[in-house]
Amino acid sequence: MALTIASRSVDGVSVLDLSGRITLGEGSVQLRDAIRDLIGKGQKNILLNLGDVSYIDSSGLGELVSAYTTAKNQGASVRLLNLTKKVKDVLQLTKLYTVFDIYDDEATAVGSYK
Amino acid sequence: MTAVNASSKGRRSFELNSTMESVAEVETAAEKLAAEAGLDEDQQFHIGMAVREATVNAVLHGNEYDPSKHILVSLENTGTELRFVIADQGKGVDPEALPDPLAPENLMRGTGRGIFLIRSFMDEVHFRQLHPGTELTLVKHLRPAADKH
Repeated sequence: MALTIASRSVDGVSVLDLSGRITLGEGSVQLRDAIRDLIGKGQKNILLNLGDVSYIDSSGLGELVSAYTTAKNQGASVRLLNLTKKVKDVLQLTKLYTVFDIYDDEATAVGSYK
Repeated sequence: MTAVNASSKGRRSFELNSTMESVAEVETAAEKLAAEAGLDEDQQFHIGMAVREATVNAVLHGNEYDPSKHILVSLENTGTELRFVIADQGKGVDPEALPDPLAPENLMRGTGRGIFLIRSFMDEVHFRQLHPGTELTLVKHLRPAADKH
């Protein structure tokens, strides 16, 4: 299953609703392009909704890290929402879970940018 | 260790092109073998992921997507273990020289977590240099189903 990305705005926060697999190749490139596009347009508050992401490989993890770093260097912030168990487990295993700001509900996540 | 379905013993071997389609094929076959062996969904996922990472390494880092190079893969349920062997025809790799992705100085790198994930999900991981190429053997231990008598 490829990755699909839907974009919306909530209270000044750009929410990317991701669905599918974030893996080497198409998925990771799509994510990279979507985040760079938002940052290029001056968006500072970026929330990745991973509620429908069933799988992330090491390349996908790398893209999340790159997105975090790229955003930070541009004065923006990438945060994560609704991790599935599989994604959460892999983030914890690789010690990336504590790097990101992670939320279980959207209202709290959106409010965190204020 | 996990209960094994003894009737699912057997080996499958592939010689595949160095493409992402091959990676998907091997990953699916690995998950299927894990399922047939009676492993639960989490274990199937972990095995699929480990085998996928190893196959991606062979295709991307070993063979560098070179259409003249193939990957050689075998998947086997021996009855006591699941054994996955993935070989490329590239320049080889020194696993001891790979940086630790959990080290603070490496944590924010965009790459370098594949072999760590493989080692995390499998019970044994063995590298063999083929000159040319690298062969990776991944092993998941199984245990016999409990005696019902």
